[in-house]
Amino acid sequence: MTDIPRELTSLEAAAQAALEAAADATALEQVRVRYLGRKGSLAAVLRSVADLDPAERPAVGKLANEAKQRLETALALRREALEAAARAAALAAERADVTLPGRPIPMGRLHPSTQILRRICQIWADMGFQIYRSRDVETEAMNFELLNIPAHHPARDMWDTFYTTVDGVLLRTHTSPGQIRAMREYCPEPIRVILPGMCYRYEQITARSEIQFHQVEGLAVGRHVTMTELKGTLVSFAHRMFGAGRRVRFRASHFPFTEPSAEMDVKCILCGGTGCFLCKQTGWLEILGCGMVHPAVLQNGGYDPAVFSGFAFGMGPERITMLRHGIEDIRYFWANDLRFLEQF
Amino acid sequence: MRVPLSWLKEFVEIPLPVPELAERLTLAGLEVADIERIGLPDAALPWDRERIRVGEILEIRPHPNADRLVLATVEYGGGRPKTVVTGAPNLIVGDKGHKVAFALEGARHWDGYSAGRDITTLKGRKVRGVPSDGMVLSEKELGLSDDHTGVLVLDPQAPVGMPLAEYMGDVVLDLEITPNMARCLSILGVAREVAALTGGRVHIPPAQMRADGETVEGRVAVAIADPALCARYAATLIAGVTIGPSPEWMRRRLRLAGIRPINNVVDVTNYVMLEWGQPLHAFDYDVLARRARGVPRITVRPARAGEMLTTLDGATRPLSPERLLITDTAGPIAIAGVMGGAETEVTEGTTAILLEAANFHFISIRKTAQALKLPSEASARFGRGVPPSAAVPAAMRATELMRELAGGTIARGVADCYPAPQVSSVVTLTTEAVRRILGMDLPRAEVQRILTALEFLCEPQGETGLRVTAPDHRLDIGTGVVGAADLIEEVVRIHGYDRIPVTDMADRLPPQRDAAAVDPEERVRDLLAIAGLQEILTYRLTTPEREAALVPGNGQVSPRPYVTLANPISADRVVMRQTLLAGLLEVMAQNLRLRERLRFFEIGPVFLPGSGNELPAEPRRLAIGMAGRITPASWRDPDPCRTDYFDLKGVVETFLQGLHLRAVGFDPATHPTFAPGRTARLLVDDEPVGVLGEVHPQVRAAFDLPAAPICLAEFDLDALLARVPLTYRVAAVPRFPPALQDIALVVDEEVPAAELTGTIRAAGGSLLVEARLFDVYRGQQLPRGKKSLAFSLVFQAVDRTLTDAEVEAEKRRIVEAAAQRLGAELRA
Ligand SMILES: [Zn+2]
Repeated sequence: MTDIPRELTSLEAAAQAALEAAADATALEQVRVRYLGRKGSLAAVLRSVADLDPAERPAVGKLANEAKQRLETALALRREALEAAARAAALAAERADVTLPGRPIPMGRLHPSTQILRRICQIWADMGFQIYRSRDVETEAMNFELLNIPAHHPARDMWDTFYTTVDGVLLRTHTSPGQIRAMREYCPEPIRVILPGMCYRYEQITARSEIQFHQVEGLAVGRHVTMTELKGTLVSFAHRMFGAGRRVRFRASHFPFTEPSAEMDVKCILCGGTGCFLCKQTGWLEILGCGMVHPAVLQNGGYDPAVFSGFAFGMGPERITMLRHGIEDIRYFWANDLRFLEQF
Repeated sequence: MRVPLSWLKEFVEIPLPVPELAERLTLAGLEVADIERIGLPDAALPWDRERIRVGEILEIRPHPNADRLVLATVEYGGGRPKTVVTGAPNLIVGDKGHKVAFALEGARHWDGYSAGRDITTLKGRKVRGVPSDGMVLSEKELGLSDDHTGVLVLDPQAPVGMPLAEYMGDVVLDLEITPNMARCLSILGVAREVAALTGGRVHIPPAQMRADGETVEGRVAVAIADPALCARYAATLIAGVTIGPSPEWMRRRLRLAGIRPINNVVDVTNYVMLEWGQPLHAFDYDVLARRARGVPRITVRPARAGEMLTTLDGATRPLSPERLLITDTAGPIAIAGVMGGAETEVTEGTTAILLEAANFHFISIRKTAQALKLPSEASARFGRGVPPSAAVPAAMRATELMRELAGGTIARGVADCYPAPQVSSVVTLTTEAVRRILGMDLPRAEVQRILTALEFLCEPQGETGLRVTAPDHRLDIGTGVVGAADLIEEVVRIHGYDRIPVTDMADRLPPQRDAAAVDPEERVRDLLAIAGLQEILTYRLTTPEREAALVPGNGQVSPRPYVTLANPISADRVVMRQTLLAGLLEVMAQNLRLRERLRFFEIGPVFLPGSGNELPAEPRRLAIGMAGRITPASWRDPDPCRTDYFDLKGVVETFLQGLHLRAVGFDPATHPTFAPGRTARLLVDDEPVGVLGEVHPQVRAAFDLPAAPICLAEFDLDALLARVPLTYRVAAVPRFPPALQDIALVVDEEVPAAELTGTIRAAGGSLLVEARLFDVYRGQQLPRGKKSLAFSLVFQAVDRTLTDAEVEAEKRRIVEAAAQRLGAELRA
């Protein structure tokens, strides 16, 4: 009987131990060369099989090949394990503290007034209202008389006005002069325009009042423009601006350039109608003034009030922004403090 | 307008709870701004119904241990009368029978001695050895006013034992009156609205007087010089009156309405003004008779040059011819509708009253009240329009009230000068007209019902029409198509805005027009925000001094014309700006205290005055301001470098590229606001459109900015946007690989980079698709006065891969051209 099987057993055990002990790819390669290489121990054993009795050779040869296969499999597994460990070690070495802050990206932003003006104008554009711009410095006639607000009329008390040193020239108190300008430009075509712009009022600057503020006015003129349409259009606007389910109410009001006149309120966006500081306990927020264009104004715009009718509305974008974001001081808008602007 | 509900109820039934009434009024255009409750459960100080009652003083005895205190025994309708200790100066030993507000132990009331409004609970106690079993309350302790000088004395009719809340608890509606609702500056006017809204009826107070005296004609004559300024002048006369305090109920109502009680005669004029909306004025008749040495002859006329009047407030006022006066033969006695004269004022000794109920034109009154800065309840009403028809009923009502409260005998008749009686508006309204404006059908019967409820006279006309006559108290109804609009508003207001259906717009879409002025401006905003800039919006009002600070020098303001306010509200907002830079620098200075890095832009108009009465030009400008670190500091880069001219230029180049402006150039320039040598003009299509650069150190100092580069640009946005192409071509992406070549060229220091770049581009021809300057070197490896500019060149053909020989030939041509034109040498 040959000793080869025993030899194989001890060789295999030694090789397995060496594989286990190999700590890295280099050590593993050395183990492979030593045991599985062409000049390695296993090769030597295999060569000695040739010297055996032919009757013994098949069985012993089989044993030897089986041992070789087992070792090769073990080697591959070990290699994989070592590679995985090396990869893991490399990744571990690159580990970062992911809680460190990101590199700051200096983002640009639009002023909150621009943002709300765009939103408002977009909603109206979708309904076919195009932007019409007009000037800040206006004539008294455009700002008052042609809008059915004669000199010394009690209605004048509704606007505190900045006058300039040029007689009959003032800073517009509302965007309404644009109504006359648009009508005179487009008459006798029908009109759907939206008039955004800066307006001015002679007021002390306080948390609640400013000397300048934006206004967005809308004007529709045609042969069949009605108050039901005014209501329908404004309800659509309110639903897009404040949410589809938002309740809206109209109450009678007075503006010299519209008749009938109304104010539109929406259910308070903070308390939902139960009453809070924002809505002054009324449950409603005043959003805009509106009405059917006064016959005298249509006439001044060149339209025959017996044939044409129109509606108009006006709102304050800064006020809407204040309501939407719970801002309590209107002075923030022109103070341009980054601590305010960066929140939009 | 403050409306006590108890008063309103005298004129109209109120079938609704107060909150509902307030909502109905608000929805109909009479906005209830506030609801104030007095003594009722929801009031700031509710009066305990059990513990605060009407009491009657049975006896007042001296306090055994204190001179200033008395013991008052009070019957209050419950068990045995109580005895309280009080120091009220209006409770005097020996008096009895006063009706008072009596509080029992445990009642809550305001602390009369505390400066603020603190609620305290009444406890039984001994005062100087005598037990005090309750308290007689002052106005302050009841929360009615700040008066704590004595106890509140009620009218003799007050029923003893009635809870005080029931006797005089009230609700005050504070109404916002729009100009078209001036008729509601009266209880009667509000009552009419309530009646129309609730289907109720208005009870008009009796306009009759018990006149037992001689006729008024022989005692006074009245005349009007100009009926355009004074439509009516009516006067009544009452003799033998005794001036004294008004009864408590009248003083209470006046106080609730916001008017201070004075004496019975003056209080009646105010009371009836609140009731009818007709201002009244009481003259001392005996003074008038003395001045006239006989029968006073009153004339309403404009002031004459040099006339003066000492008014009720003691001021002696010169009167210009715009002032309308009430005069007698001796001169002015009152400024019409605004303020009476001191001499003819009602005083404690007055015994005969000439009561004026007149009608003055609203513009005259407004001008006078504004010019003299004398706003009053009367001028507020006259200034918004009072119907002349109200004068006589109000005068009669007031005279009768005076007789009831102050005694005396009323002269028969009214001296009434009414040259041009009021004409009512008559309007034809059809259901078609209603439908045309409202877009909904309202039957004629409904229109008629509403207008009739508002006291309009309606007569059917034709199939669908109504001939509508406005009542005298409606001065706001016009005629023709305007009158129809006025009536339609009335109809829909009462019908209810909430009952108007909601429809979509049915009219054809108007011709659509391109918003050429708007869209590119918004594109600029987007581009600058994308480039990391924060938009700001500043005041368009400024001062010439602030803009002058942009020009360093002696601080003198150059006398350039501005759009200047005639009535500025503050010294720092007096003219319309002519540049965006001053406002921008102010915003930068203020934010640099908080931030290390600023990137701002503003778009908006400046205002350049026209000549004469021409309106100013309002061209749009764009300003950019940058300062501080180029990126925010972080742990990755704790110390980023500082912004300079080239960071600003990079932003400008980027946004111009975004606008697809091609022919863009930057020329060295000088500008007083900017540092010499670090300033450029922006050229588009060879036209200058603005300036950019680093701010001059002196300007920086003038705006309180730190000594570090501040980069600023201001462009004429209209000129810039006029050059934005409507469309632009997009080139195909090349299919063949490009050939890349770097070259460094050494030139004299004076040669501008743009010139060398231009030469390279020109020489490179169509195969050179890009020439990017990537390095500038000066130093030891070069001779003095020389610099090396390194370019990265990209060669590209659309139809093939370029050979090395081709690229080499191109490069050689470029180097030769640079050498020839600018003396450039290829750097080894
Ligand atoms: Zn709310």
